[in-house]
Amino acid sequence: MTTLATGAAVGVVVIPALAAGLGVAPAIRQRVGGARAVAVVGAVLTMLAAVAVFGTADNVAQETRLLLAPFGDIDITTGVLIDGLAGVLVLVVAVVGLCVQLFSVGYLHSDQRYPTYAAQVSLFTAAMMLVVVSGDLLALLVGWEVMGLCSYLLIGHYRDLPEAPGAAVKAFLVTRVGDIGFLLGVLLLGGAAGSFRISDVVAAVGSIDSGTLTLATLLLLLGVAGKSAQFPLHTWLPDAMAGPTPISALIHAATMVAAGVFLVMRLYPVFVAAPTTLTVLAVSAAITMLLGALCALAQDDLKRVLAWSTISQLGYMTGALAAGGYVQGGFHLVTHAAFKALLFLAAGVVLHQVGTVLMSQLGGLRRSMPLTFAVTAIGLLAMVGVLPLSGGFSKDAAVASVWAAVRGESSVLPSAPVATVLLISMLATVLLTAAYATRLLLRTFFGEPPPGGFHGNRQEIADPEPLMRWPLVVLTVPTVALGATIGWFPSYLGGALPPAESVVGFGPGPLPGSLGPHLSEALLASALIVVGAGATYLVWRAQPDRDPARILGRAATALRRGLYLDEVQDALVVRPTRRLATVVSAVDEIGVDGLVDGAADATAAASRGLSQAHPRLPNLAVTSLIVTTTALVTILVVLS
Amino acid sequence: MSLVVLGLPLLGCLVLALWPRGADLSPRIFGTVIAAATLLAALVMLPGLRGDDGGADTGRALNPRHEVDLPWLSVIDVRLHLGVDGISLPLILLTALLTLLGMVHNWVERPDRPALFCSLVLLLEVGALGTFMALDLVLFFAAFEVVLIPMYFLISRWGGPGAAAAALKFAVYTLAGSAALLIGLVFIYASTGSFDLVELSERGGAGISTAVQLAAFGALFVGFAVKSPLWPLHTWLPPAHTEAPTVGSVLLAGVQLKMGTYGLVRIALPVLPEGARALAPILAVLAVTGIVVAALACYTQNELKRLIAYSSVGHMGFVLLGVSTLTTVGINAALLANVAHGLITGLLFFLVGAVKSRFHTGELDELGSGLWARLPRLGFVLVFACVASLGLPGLAGFWGEAMAVYAALHPAVGLPGPLFGVLAVVAAAGAVLTAVYFLRLLRRLVVGPVVVGAGHRVQGAGSRTADIWVTERVVHVPLLLLTLALGLYPAVVLGLTEGPVAGLVEAVLAPSR
Repeated sequence: MTTLATGAAVGVVVIPALAAGLGVAPAIRQRVGGARAVAVVGAVLTMLAAVAVFGTADNVAQETRLLLAPFGDIDITTGVLIDGLAGVLVLVVAVVGLCVQLFSVGYLHSDQRYPTYAAQVSLFTAAMMLVVVSGDLLALLVGWEVMGLCSYLLIGHYRDLPEAPGAAVKAFLVTRVGDIGFLLGVLLLGGAAGSFRISDVVAAVGSIDSGTLTLATLLLLLGVAGKSAQFPLHTWLPDAMAGPTPISALIHAATMVAAGVFLVMRLYPVFVAAPTTLTVLAVSAAITMLLGALCALAQDDLKRVLAWSTISQLGYMTGALAAGGYVQGGFHLVTHAAFKALLFLAAGVVLHQVGTVLMSQLGGLRRSMPLTFAVTAIGLLAMVGVLPLSGGFSKDAAVASVWAAVRGESSVLPSAPVATVLLISMLATVLLTAAYATRLLLRTFFGEPPPGGFHGNRQEIADPEPLMRWPLVVLTVPTVALGATIGWFPSYLGGALPPAESVVGFGPGPLPGSLGPHLSEALLASALIVVGAGATYLVWRAQPDRDPARILGRAATALRRGLYLDEVQDALVVRPTRRLATVVSAVDEIGVDGLVDGAADATAAASRGLSQAHPRLPNLAVTSLIVTTTALVTILVVLS
Repeated sequence: MSLVVLGLPLLGCLVLALWPRGADLSPRIFGTVIAAATLLAALVMLPGLRGDDGGADTGRALNPRHEVDLPWLSVIDVRLHLGVDGISLPLILLTALLTLLGMVHNWVERPDRPALFCSLVLLLEVGALGTFMALDLVLFFAAFEVVLIPMYFLISRWGGPGAAAAALKFAVYTLAGSAALLIGLVFIYASTGSFDLVELSERGGAGISTAVQLAAFGALFVGFAVKSPLWPLHTWLPPAHTEAPTVGSVLLAGVQLKMGTYGLVRIALPVLPEGARALAPILAVLAVTGIVVAALACYTQNELKRLIAYSSVGHMGFVLLGVSTLTTVGINAALLANVAHGLITGLLFFLVGAVKSRFHTGELDELGSGLWARLPRLGFVLVFACVASLGLPGLAGFWGEAMAVYAALHPAVGLPGPLFGVLAVVAAAGAVLTAVYFLRLLRRLVVGPVVVGAGHRVQGAGSRTADIWVTERVVHVPLLLLTLALGLYPAVVLGLTEGPVAGLVEAVLAPSR
């Protein structure tokens, strides 16, 4: 592997890590200007390194390794593994990271704790880069979990927000449950392959028995579900909106939640060799995307709409991957990063300028914030999947891949019933996505604001300062134009890592990796979009000041509360664990310790009794000593 | 060189015991100098072990360097046999480092009767170093016991309000375990006629009948289990930690707890391999029970030091799980987790000591919250230490615990695979529970808005509720950096342990024997 490629790959991890370390150094931390400079310069340099990685990657995996921990029977190495997948994602992370750092300078202008925040964002970037370029599964796990830590710290950033600490803990713990499955899966795979290096694991796929493979991949899927907020480990993401909005753009839209999808792609040959797991993934994707879209329909908080929408869109990606659409899922990953980051930053602008993101308290903002309105509309159109925006191509590609599976063309998802369920779910989600996107646009930017007015005076509400405006504009470009890359993207991405020759019939991917839109799918999707958007518009227009979701009646409340899945999780997991903790603690302190104290009391009582039987013996202590010593010596003599 | 490392603190201890009573600064300076010299001497031993393949080529199960072999008590076949190898050196360095940091801590919190205090700390160091360097069973036992006396006095004389009872419980409980240990050692002598560890490791259990091996291993097991501590023989630890002074807690957690697991790996496994194979499943079950019970118990704790004491039980559970797998991966993981625990929990106890000295209480109900906002630097290090202790990858605690789970998924041939597999999953689940209680601690004490606690008495102008100052920095920073370094590059320790462990497992635990 060329030195430049290796150096760039290492740099892409080390530079943001250094920026993070520098950012917490006392000298920098006390001067906000210094912290801003470190953060932004770090992001720019990371961007340059990312471009270098992107430029030097080709679709043949290249690798370097360094011994990290010799454990005897198995070694842990670290190294970088650069192929098309890594090249693309490194660039995505760097671009979104830079936009978010710039945006944050404006957004957190008056925040005292900006230096800590910026350092944490830099550390997060380093961790995500480590996940992307790592050539070793355990090193990947390091990045994986450090991202979780940064997410926890950043969600809890607003110390005085009452819901923030709880949301941070919930995010960490729910993903940690997933991460334990991930760890077990990695350990099983590594043990079976004899090495934790990704290339070795992939190469050994043919020789691992299918039972171990299925178990290991199912465990990995737990981790994917946790990080990528798939049902049932999705409950943390809506609450995570308590953190600063730029964080939501970076972590909860474009990068960390994409890490799970990335993992499936990175280890795709392993997953392909375990069809049961992919079937499970397909079912989970179907449930998740529908659940996300339905709940998004009833949220009042703009950010929560976007959070549920992310859950739903991630379901698209995992659904496409489950059907065998490696390239298709990857493309949607990239386009989603662009338009979702854009949407979240736009939401941040609304929050920053208006003071609230509750749609019941918004309205008519398109007049006072035309640029924000424009970019939000573009982002929403991409999300809904209107051609020729990027999201249109990627959504169509995802649908096409599942449709191909229904037609039996996918060796990876041979079960037509499952594929059909997935397809129906996808199409329904297209309709619902159009519906909730229209609802968001109409309630926020059209109509009239509520009679009480906004927190601020209407004159102050305008498009944001340049530092917050330019990231929006920059992200609009890929949102609109990524569709132009559909010819080049599949060949750059290449195929998944090739396993050993013994796995038959594994070409660039189980499905042909073409991204061109198919006419029938595009027409059907467009029809669904029109229906969803149109219905929402008509309901809204009847009474513009009321929530269109009211027509769902009582179901709306259930949907707003995420179908009460939080409460279910609380009842099934949290409360029993707390009760168990109390019981176990009591048993340990009273029971086990009681035995110890009881033994001591018994000895003392026996000695007292003995010393009363022998009045000449001077005192308790001496008698205890004699008794115990005699007993011990007897045992020794008898047994030796 | 072994004699130098052992002799320096011994000399220092004796000199300090004779120090004039009123002196305050001089004994602390002297103590620090001795501790620093000991650490340097230990570091000097390091290069001699590089490239140590543990005798896998020479065919010896135990291949010590810096060996000292002098006649001592020839009447009972006891020699003064000392030596160091890749398994003991990391622990020796850890002991020396923590003792030095403890001595520096005397500038943070000045103990009364400093000469006596430092003398006792050095005596504790002598006992610990002697345990790690001993290659004769009686010498091992003597050093093992020596640690008891200074710890008892450190707790009872300089400890909290309930110190007398806690110290007594600690002493008697550990002594009872040591009685079992002695029985086991006598069994070994009775069967083999030798106390020499090198020779006994070489034999690998030949000449000791299976019944005797089982009995002896059982006895040793009990003794080491109390010291480790292994559930359910752990209940002496929470009160001892709660009442001990800061330095006492650090040395208890960072040094003394290591002696039990070290004894298992150094003595019980190589000398009694059949006993080890037979009783390994029980060890594994108890270890994993300890992990889960400790994590759940931690969740309900409201006193800082007690919470960290229980967390130690949990960590040592992972160490013992690694040992019980009888594989190179497992034992390497155990040794690594041992060192990591010493660093991280040592740091935690220093930090908790800092909190207690500022707020005069360790009760969460009285401490209020928002420590990170009130005292940013202390808060930051606390978050770091808690995150390290819950086993975040990238920091020292992760590798040992993760690879212990790996080893449990792939135990040695002859051990019940399914049982170990289940235990591995339960242990991994225990890691989630560990995160639960540490996050609870962080949320109640460190993160979030500032809430002044009920028990917080308003301090006067000379209030020490200030953020960390320089001397505390000097104590925290080495531990912080080492935790990070070990987390990013565990080969630092594993490079030392890998060779001897390979030799140990190959020469002694191979099932063909």
